[in-house]
Amino acid sequence: MKTLSIIESAYRATVEEQDDTIVWIHGAMKGAGAELAVLLRGNAVNYLVEAQNAGGLAFGDWEQTQPPRLASDLAALAAKGVEICYVAEDVAERGIERSELIAGVQPVAREAVAELVGRYERVWHW
Amino acid sequence: MTRYLLIESRDPFDSNDVRFCCDLAQQLAAVKNEVTLFLVKNGVLPARSGARSDDLTRLAGAGVRVLADSFSLRERGIDERRLATGVAAAPLDVVMDALAEGAKVIWH
Amino acid sequence: MADKKTITIAIMDAPYENARSTTALRLIDLAARRGYNINVFAYEGAVLQPFSGQTPHPNAVHGRNVEEENHFIPKDAIAALMREAERNGGKIDWVNCGLCVDERGAGAAIAGVRRGSPADLWQMAEASDNTLVIATR
Repeated sequence: MKTLSIIESAYRATVEEQDDTIVWIHGAMKGAGAELAVLLRGNAVNYLVEAQNAGGLAFGDWEQTQPPRLASDLAALAAKGVEICYVAEDVAERGIERSELIAGVQPVAREAVAELVGRYERVWHW
Repeated sequence: MTRYLLIESRDPFDSNDVRFCCDLAQQLAAVKNEVTLFLVKNGVLPARSGARSDDLTRLAGAGVRVLADSFSLRERGIDERRLATGVAAAPLDVVMDALAEGAKVIWH
Repeated sequence: MADKKTITIAIMDAPYENARSTTALRLIDLAARRGYNINVFAYEGAVLQPFSGQTPHPNAVHGRNVEEENHFIPKDAIAALMREAERNGGKIDWVNCGLCVDERGAGAAIAGVRRGSPADLWQMAEASDNTLVIATR
């Protein structure tokens, strides 16, 4: 059953986990054969910004060598066949230009979210 | 027609994003889906008569069934008899009923 | 009794952090009383919900000893829910996401909890009548 996952939560534990755990679990489920689509909304639309860079953190003499690479992870998810959409107004309200976003993702108007939700038998909100 | 149960656990005093559930509920109801908005935890705070409850009353007027978890209300000392217009108290069983009956249930 | 259903609930919150946890347990309680089969996929901090190392404590502010305080201990509530489900002809299959367990050192869980992976969430969802995701914030 194809599932739409609406992802809203952003930058919650990404440094510690070195991933966004919700994006990550979708990669893992896709690898296990899941049929998935993703709608990014709220602050999570910022995950599509190609220029994100969380590198260089150190805590004492412990250096983080694998920072989260959220835009790449979403691009990889898209490359695996997961349709990735984002709420267009949420991008605009945050002053993000479309040219800043990774390729291969589709805008959805806020007023069209209900129609998108209606197309999937299963809808999860993260 | 599809059945939806949207669970709102956030409140407008703490979160801007309660608009998401309200807007989604309204949009889904506008195209004749059966929509329930179930308030739980601090999500029941605007259900108190006189609180920031206009959105809830408007949703009820638009055909959305607006319910507030009885336990969450009692926990916060909100009198079930003095809820905002259009809001009714209900047990959490409503959520389990919706799940059991195959409604699309979304937690916000 | 109502038709037996299988419901999957995904949770993410560690104990004692947010009322999402107790609301999830309330839902599981309702399902257990109905004799449903309940799949729980515990992700991130939620893998600590059934952690067997939890111990109760007294409450000096209220002048209560351990017995009087009878503090809510999630692992005990979960064990009770498992018994309740079985009593009514159902079952709780509680899966802790393995990597989340590892990074939190939460390997010691009560009986009836098994280690799993994201594939379990998908498989549980596919085999259920319905699924509810209660994400953290």
